[in-house]
Amino acid sequence: MMTRINERLMPARNATRRRLAKPFGLPFGLTIGLALAAAAVAGFGLSADHAQAQQTSEIKLGIVSFLAGPAAGPFGIPARDGSQLVIDGINGGTIPSPYDSKGILGAKIVPVFIDEAGGSAKQVAEFRNLVQRQNVDVVIGYISSGDCLAIAPVAEELKALTIFGDCGTPRIFEQGSYKYVFRTRSHAAMDNISAALYLKEMMPNIGRYGGINQNYAWGQDSWRDFSAAMSVLHPSAEVTTKQFPKIFAGQYSSEISALLLSRSDVVHSSLWGADLESFIFQATARGLNRRTQLVFTSAEPNMFRLGDKMPDGVLIGARGPYGVYAHDTPLNRWFRAEYIRRHDTPPVYASYVLGQAFLALKISVEKAAAANEGNWPTTEQIIAAMEYLEFEAFGSRVNLALGKGHQAITETAVGRYKYDEAAGGATIVDIKYYPAECVNPPEGAETVEWIRGGMKGARCD
Amino acid sequence: MNRSYQIALRYAAALAVLAAAGFLLPQWAVFLLNLALSKGLVVLGLLVLWRTGLISFGQALYFCIGGYVVGMAGLYLDLHDAFVLLAFGTALSLAVAVLVGFLVARYRQIFFAMLSLAFSMILYGVLVKTEALGSTDGFNVGRPTFLGYAPEGEALAIVSYLFTLAASAAGAFTVWLYLRSTLGHLTTAIRDNEVRVEYLGVSVRGAIHAKVVLAGALAGAGGVLSALAVGHVDPEMAYWTTSGEFVFVTILAGTGNVVAPFLGSALFELLRTYAFQYTPYTWQMVLGGTLLLLILFLPDGIWSLLSRRKAAPSTRREA
Repeated sequence: MMTRINERLMPARNATRRRLAKPFGLPFGLTIGLALAAAAVAGFGLSADHAQAQQTSEIKLGIVSFLAGPAAGPFGIPARDGSQLVIDGINGGTIPSPYDSKGILGAKIVPVFIDEAGGSAKQVAEFRNLVQRQNVDVVIGYISSGDCLAIAPVAEELKALTIFGDCGTPRIFEQGSYKYVFRTRSHAAMDNISAALYLKEMMPNIGRYGGINQNYAWGQDSWRDFSAAMSVLHPSAEVTTKQFPKIFAGQYSSEISALLLSRSDVVHSSLWGADLESFIFQATARGLNRRTQLVFTSAEPNMFRLGDKMPDGVLIGARGPYGVYAHDTPLNRWFRAEYIRRHDTPPVYASYVLGQAFLALKISVEKAAAANEGNWPTTEQIIAAMEYLEFEAFGSRVNLALGKGHQAITETAVGRYKYDEAAGGATIVDIKYYPAECVNPPEGAETVEWIRGGMKGARCD
Repeated sequence: MNRSYQIALRYAAALAVLAAAGFLLPQWAVFLLNLALSKGLVVLGLLVLWRTGLISFGQALYFCIGGYVVGMAGLYLDLHDAFVLLAFGTALSLAVAVLVGFLVARYRQIFFAMLSLAFSMILYGVLVKTEALGSTDGFNVGRPTFLGYAPEGEALAIVSYLFTLAASAAGAFTVWLYLRSTLGHLTTAIRDNEVRVEYLGVSVRGAIHAKVVLAGALAGAGGVLSALAVGHVDPEMAYWTTSGEFVFVTILAGTGNVVAPFLGSALFELLRTYAFQYTPYTWQMVLGGTLLLLILFLPDGIWSLLSRRKAAPSTRREA
C-alpha cells in the first residue's frame, strides 16, 4: 500500500531520475508490437470494406458536408438533408422524369457521410480514407473552397471521380485542370455580378457604395468581384468604406458606425450564417437599412429564420437559381414538397446544389452505360459522359460549360425581400433572372480579369 | 557497451519495420503514418519544452512557416526538391525561433504559453489578409522531387513516407543526443529549481532559449514534411487549434521517451480518422472524451503504459 501511495505522490521525480539515467532504455519490442497492431487494425479496415468494390448492385458514395460547427446550420445540414432526400428519391425511383428510374442504372446508392470540419489537411486525409479504405466509388460534397482546392489534386492523383457540391472559388478550374474533378454549381463570381446588374436597373445613379465582408477568402473574393463589377457597370460610383470584420466576430458596432457615417447609397455584404443574423439585428436597430440599400449576396438560407426581423427591401441572393428562385417545375415541386414534409422548413440553396450533383452522376452513368451496351461503365467512361453535360436540375438547367466541361454555369436571380404575413412570411418580390452566359465568364477566361476587362462577351438578353 | 548495442539494435529493427510498413500497408495508412510522423516531429519539440516545465501554445507558428516555405519556394523560386525545402524550412523556422526566443525565454508558465500563442496568431492574421496567397483558402504545393528523382502516384507516396521517416529518425536522434548533453540534462533541473541551476553556473534563460530554438526548428521541419505530404497549405496551419492539437498529442503520448511523440501522433491520427468514420456527428466528443480519460487515468500519457513494467521494481527499491 505504502508503495502505491509513494508511486502516486512522486511519479514525476522517479520518472525524472530514470529518464536522466537512460533515456533510451525502454522496451522497444512493445513499440514494434504496437506499430504492428496499428497496421493490423488498418489492414482489417481495408479487407472488411473491399468486398463491395466490384459489384454494380450498389454504388457507394462518400458525401462530405459540415455536420458540426458554424457552417453546419446554414449550409452543412441542409446540404446533407438535400443529399439524403435525393438519394432516397433515386433509390426509390420517386423523382419525376427524367430521373424516375430506380437507382443509378439500377444500382442502389449507399451513402457514407463524413464531416467536413477540421481544415484542409484533415480533409485530404479523410478523402484518401474514403477512397482507399472505405472504397467509395464517387465522392460528392465539400462546401469550403479551401477544402475543394486541397482535394482536387488528390482526387486526380487517386483517379477518384469527385463532384464538388457547394464551394465557390473560381480558382479550382482556372488555376488547375482536372480530369476526375467536377463542380456542378456555378462559381461565386455570378453572385456579385448579378447584384451589380440588378442595382444598375434599380438605382442607375449610385454615387457611393461600401461593403462589409468577413476577413477571409470568401469575404475578400466577394468584395473583389462586387467592386470590380461595380466599377464596370457603375463607373462613376466611388467606394466609401470596405469593412472586413473577422469571421464569427458577432459584434459589428464599429463597422456599423463606419457604414452609417459613410453615407453610402449601397452596402454590399456576403456575410452568412450567425454573422449575417447578428449584423442584421445590430444594423437594423441603428437604422442602417433606412439610410442605405443593403445587398446580401448569400442571405437566402437565413430569411425564413429571420422572418420579420429581415428588413423589407434588401436585395437577397441565393447563389444561383435555388430555394426561392428555383423555377416552378415538376422536379422542383417534388423536391420542395418532399423536403418540407421531412424537415418542416423549405430547402435552401445548399440543399439544391448538393442535391443536383447526384442527378449529374445518375444521368452520366446511365448515358455512359447506354454507349457501353448497357454494361456498368468505367470511371473514364462516366467522365466522358459527364464532360460538357447539360441537365435539368431541381432549380434550373445546369450546363457544364467551363473548365473543359468540368465546371458548371447556371443562370442566377436577385430579388427584394418582403415580409408578407398573408403569403406565409418571408417572400421575395421583383425577381430578375440573369442567363448563365450573362453572369459567368466564357471558357478560358480568368474570372477577375474578365470582370475588370468589362465582362466582354456576356450575353444578357 | 553491450546494453547500448542492444538498444541500438532495437531501434534499427523498429526503423526497418516502419520502413517496410511503407511497402506493405495500404496507401491510406502510409499517408496517415506520413502525416503522423511529420506532426510527431513538432510534438518532439514540445517534449523538450514540456520536460522543462514549459508549454507552448504557439508551435503552429513554426509549423506554418515550414509549410509556407514549401508552398512559396515552389511558387516563386520553382524549388521542389524535398531535401532543399526541408533544410530551408527548418533553417527559417530556426531563425524565427532565435528571434522569438529572446522574448519568450524570459517568461514561464501561462505567460510563456500565451506569448508563444500570440506570435502564431500574428502570422495567422497576416496570412489571412494576404489575398495573393489565397487568404484562408491557401494554395496547392507542387509535387516534390528527391535529388532529381521525381516519382508519381504510389511511388511518390512511399518515397515521401520514407523521407519523412528518415527525417523523423534524425530528429529523434538529435533530441536524444541533446537530452544526454549537459544542456539536455538541465531540462528537468530547470523545471525543478531554477535557482540551483543558476548556481551551477548555467544561464537558465540561455538554456530555455536553446530549447525554444530546438523546438522551433523541429516544428518547422514537421511543417515542411506535412505540407509535402498533404500538397496544400493554408493559414489554418498557424491557427491556435493546430497548436492545441500538438499539445493534445503531447499529453496523449507522454514525455517519457523520444519515440513517444511519434507513437502518440500515430495513435491520435488513427483515433481521429476512425472517430470520423464511425461517429461523423460526434467525433470531437470522442477525441475530447479520450483526452479527459487520459488526464484522469494516465497522466503520464500512453508511454507510461510501456515504461511502467520496468519502472515498478526500481520504485519498490526506493520505497
